[in-house]
Amino acid sequence: MTQPSPSPIQPAIAVDDLECGYEGRVLLQHVTFTVQPGELFFVIGGSGCGKSTLLKHMIGLQRPTAGTIRYFGESFTHAAPTRRRELLRTFGVLYQNSALWSSLTLRENITLPLEEYTPLSKSERNELAALRLAQVSLSGYEDYYPSEISGGMKKRAALARALALDPAIVFFDEPSAGLDPITSRKLDELVLQIRATLGTTMIIVSHELDSIFSIADRVIMLEREAKGIIAEGNPRDLAQNSADPRVTEFLHRRAMLPV
Amino acid sequence: MPASPDIAKARATARTEGDALLVELGGVWQITQDRPSWIKLVDKTAPTRVKITLAELENWDSSLLLFLFEVQKWCVTAKAALDASELPPKLRELLGQITAAQGKDVPVDRSENLFAVIGLAVFDTWAKVKQISHFVGECTLASIRLAKNPARFRWRDCVNEMQQCGAMALPIVGLIGLLIGLTLAYTAAVLLREFGADLYVANFVGLVMVREMGPMMTGIILAGRTGAAFAATLGNMKAGEELDAFETFGIRSIDFLVLPRLVAITLMTPLLALYANMLGIVGGLLVAAGLLSIPPTAYWIQMQAAVDLSDLVSGVIKSITFGGIIGLSGCLRGLQAERSAIGVGRATTSAVVTAILLLIVADAIYAVLFNMLGI
Repeated sequence: MTQPSPSPIQPAIAVDDLECGYEGRVLLQHVTFTVQPGELFFVIGGSGCGKSTLLKHMIGLQRPTAGTIRYFGESFTHAAPTRRRELLRTFGVLYQNSALWSSLTLRENITLPLEEYTPLSKSERNELAALRLAQVSLSGYEDYYPSEISGGMKKRAALARALALDPAIVFFDEPSAGLDPITSRKLDELVLQIRATLGTTMIIVSHELDSIFSIADRVIMLEREAKGIIAEGNPRDLAQNSADPRVTEFLHRRAMLPV
Repeated sequence: MPASPDIAKARATARTEGDALLVELGGVWQITQDRPSWIKLVDKTAPTRVKITLAELENWDSSLLLFLFEVQKWCVTAKAALDASELPPKLRELLGQITAAQGKDVPVDRSENLFAVIGLAVFDTWAKVKQISHFVGECTLASIRLAKNPARFRWRDCVNEMQQCGAMALPIVGLIGLLIGLTLAYTAAVLLREFGADLYVANFVGLVMVREMGPMMTGIILAGRTGAAFAATLGNMKAGEELDAFETFGIRSIDFLVLPRLVAITLMTPLLALYANMLGIVGGLLVAAGLLSIPPTAYWIQMQAAVDLSDLVSGVIKSITFGGIIGLSGCLRGLQAERSAIGVGRATTSAVVTAILLLIVADAIYAVLFNMLGI
């Protein structure tokens, strides 16, 4: 939530010629793309194409073998450890399995990062936790433990936690995983609503076509054989106009079966 | 937006105009930074109206929102009117959201009544007794199946487990055995020296290691090392629905997961206990030779005279039982684990506690039994 945007406008994320891999194996190479502030950006592709690997590099869980990732013009890859930790604080991450801390209530899940990084008093932290839970339609569930709520509610609570420190960018790893289509659609609506209210930049790793077509501003498609990006743009444009059969087959939900 | 190291601070100024307080907010408001204090700003003035305006406001986040919410709460208490009309619509919307979010409560019932707690504890104990009986029965049946058809047994898993719980435990079991032998010899030496019976250190160390300390210490080490590992592995497999997958394929998880572990630890514990005995006796020898100046040969002959085959066999019998107890406790607690990270942790703790408790009980039973049988 950073309004009004400062000038000059920098891309929220600029990934430049990124190469990812481990133990001498290259998984992704020549990955270059930018994400504008407030954009809802999807990383799509089939299983094993490196979507999650790319996400792990972007949130600092893994180091790239080459290339740079910049956030608002500042290099994350080459930042000094202290600055890197400061930059990490400006991200929110929604993990595939929610990853709520099971021994803490929902309120405590949200207030723990606030307690760690802000000078707020306990009552203010609780007020903010109530706001975050209200923003994900979980008002009143502050005292519940993660084990006492459903999978869809856990996802929303995890989103509330991801928003705790007013992140400039929120990363989502397969947000629809394990959710039924209705709950998944509600989560999409929530993402749109939060973007509208807070103006947060959102990076979503997914292969859920319904979500991709209904909320994505722009996508990049990764492919396993190519070890990188094979398409970039608006998903509807790509589905209609892409000349690459791998892109159209993926976006039209056709399996690549041998003829 | 990432905080740059030289950020401008949040700014709030106030001036009175008649009975109104005009508050002007500007600068960069970030939740990770300190923000101006509203109480200091309002000081001792008692306005009937508070008007908020923005001037050169750069970035803002929930820090500004919390400030405005504080102002709003103050206005309600002081019965002053809040004029927020000059705030951007998004900020007003968020202020409305944070106000509406407070004080809501979806009741969660975790209350416990004494009778219900006692009743549930009784049912729980009964269920656990049934589970244990069922588990032991299943293991017995699985062992019979193994005896009838050894070809179907998972020998490769069993050998892997033997390496994990046997060969890999040699350093720690050896070290503890040696140190126990040293300690026993030192303790005995203090007393026996008084009577000039130094040589009997060999009898003491030999008998105590072979009959008692060797099997018991090995059991305790394996309970903490292998029993805990069994419980954690099976607990994690349960949490990951791997056990359900066995169930739906009609594969007995007891045959597949428990029996190889049980056989491995039951076979390895006596071997490790013998190894601990040997190093314990060597530890005693070091003290005898170093502290008491007893020639190693004399120590060895004296030890051999004191320890006969029945002592050795009694220790081996005990350690076989201990191995079985550790394997059963570890696997049972793993299979009973709740499907969560905390559940797996509890199962591991419980496996170690159960195994050590049962080891001591079994040891006491053997002590009485061997005494009655004159072994």
